[in-house]
Amino acid sequence: MLEIALAHRFEGFTLDVAFAAPPGITVLFGRSGSGKTTIVNAISGLLRPDAGRISTADAVLLDTQKGIALPPHRRRIGYVFQEGRLFPHLTVRQNLRYGAWFAPKDAPREDLGRVVDLLGIGHLLERRPSALSGGEKQRVAIGRALLCAPRLILADEPLASLDDARKAEILPYLERLRDETAIPIVYVSHSASEVARLATTVVVLERGHVVRKGSAAEVMGDPAVTPTGAREAGAILAARVARHHEDGLTELDAGGETLLLPRLARPPGAAVRVRVAANDVLLARTRPEGLSALNIIEGVVAEVRTGEGPGALVALDTAAGRVLARITRRSVAALALAPGVRAFAVLKTVAIAAADVGAGDAAPRSANGDPLA
Amino acid sequence: MDWLGLRDWLGPDEWRAVALSLQVSFWATLVSLPLGVLTAYALARWSFPGKQILNGLVHLPLILPPVVTGYILLLTFGTRGPVGSVLAEVGIVFAFRWTGAALAAGIMAFPLMVRAIRLSIEAIDPKLEEASATLGASPAWVFLTVTLPLVLPGIVVGAILAFAKAMGEFGATITFVSNIPGETRTIPSAIYAFLQVPGGEGAALRLVIVSIVVAMGALLLSEVLGRRVAERVGGR
Repeated sequence: MLEIALAHRFEGFTLDVAFAAPPGITVLFGRSGSGKTTIVNAISGLLRPDAGRISTADAVLLDTQKGIALPPHRRRIGYVFQEGRLFPHLTVRQNLRYGAWFAPKDAPREDLGRVVDLLGIGHLLERRPSALSGGEKQRVAIGRALLCAPRLILADEPLASLDDARKAEILPYLERLRDETAIPIVYVSHSASEVARLATTVVVLERGHVVRKGSAAEVMGDPAVTPTGAREAGAILAARVARHHEDGLTELDAGGETLLLPRLARPPGAAVRVRVAANDVLLARTRPEGLSALNIIEGVVAEVRTGEGPGALVALDTAAGRVLARITRRSVAALALAPGVRAFAVLKTVAIAAADVGAGDAAPRSANGDPLA
Repeated sequence: MDWLGLRDWLGPDEWRAVALSLQVSFWATLVSLPLGVLTAYALARWSFPGKQILNGLVHLPLILPPVVTGYILLLTFGTRGPVGSVLAEVGIVFAFRWTGAALAAGIMAFPLMVRAIRLSIEAIDPKLEEASATLGASPAWVFLTVTLPLVLPGIVVGAILAFAKAMGEFGATITFVSNIPGETRTIPSAIYAFLQVPGGEGAALRLVIVSIVVAMGALLLSEVLGRRVAERVGGR
């Protein structure tokens, strides 16, 4: 468990945050300028904050009151940078081994072969970074961070400089990292879809302050939390693959509700998390008939959130979990949607892209890492 | 040992000048190299009071008339100079010795060396050094495993340029350590001396050819080596 409390003042910007990062991936989620990179730089020791305390399970990295501030090279933090920052004069293999060389002999360390397999970089080992694609570079950078026997992995928007195809290539490796290693990961992102895919815990930042923290399902299902705009809002449903249909659809079981999606390359029984973008959800007061959409889920309105514009975000509690719908204020009035009202969420099967479905434990976890009751 | 009659092509005095020039330039380059790397690193990376003064001092030999540099060396490192008299007590003498020629050549070549190394240090992304630190490398290891390998092309080019410049040094050398055959008579001094005596033109011309060949060779070598090291280091 990583515990962080930081205060730092720049010209025209004040950072004041406190949060804990349990095992799994903790995503620092916010738009640019919200203080995400400042936090990871303070954790890594590249930035010395005005005041704060940072501790891991076995070490105090920073305590300004006690005058403790370990230099970066003594923190043992695997930092995955946005731009990779591989050493150009070393081969991939030498890059991967670089950190292990400096790690204490008794530090628990990952096996090179296992990491190479996990990241699928075995065929790249003798190459130089300049001969790698952007996605390959980032996979090597992740491996390099994993292999320095880190107490913690920091990832500062590692996918931000990649196109969608490269992102799709790396996301499964990050999911495996989350599910197959015990090292806590702090991951910076301004992408709601990355949060949906990866986050165990979400810490939402706005202008240097934590505005919300909790499990991915809790935070992403809260219509009040849209740091990157309502257009990006979308809830996460936890489900299991029930079976594959012959017409190319996959049937999911989400808390007893049936969801039909385009074919997923996952076996029956596999746990998945599905991001349902609020823009893709229609609401109806009665169960619609004669409709092409295949997914109709009944629920109760939990919250209606309106802003300055013509839009509204409606949160619907269903057996499958919390669903967000982005509709107009006019429709909210026309349907008389208010907390407690029964309604049906309508979701087109083809609206859910493969990138919206990630591997993951079906049970949402609370902020302290325990499965929610 | 006779390569294509080269041994007989140059007379013994000319050979001595060539050998001495190589010796002087080699030691001038070797001894000034660590200092050059340190100076270049300080100028590229550190901020400290007097940085511009250091920068000016390093470049001064490039701009001053060489005879002025030589005279300053004579005043400082001569047997009665403030530094020279102290060093003489521990047995180190520069005045009128080949070591003095090496000192003069090293100082005259220093700006070229520092410029080449400094440019290549400035071309390194400090973010790579940060990455190295987060992976557990202490500042000394960061320098040895990241900075130095990446600066290597600049160091190679700087060293070769300095060597070539040292081979050609004349004004400061002759002012500081005079023109003593076998001790301080390097190629340029020898050419000058041959031109002062009747019938010396032939010998002077041969040394001119040697100078041109060495200078061109050094330039080509720095190009080729620099590029090869850059390929190895940059992986391009």
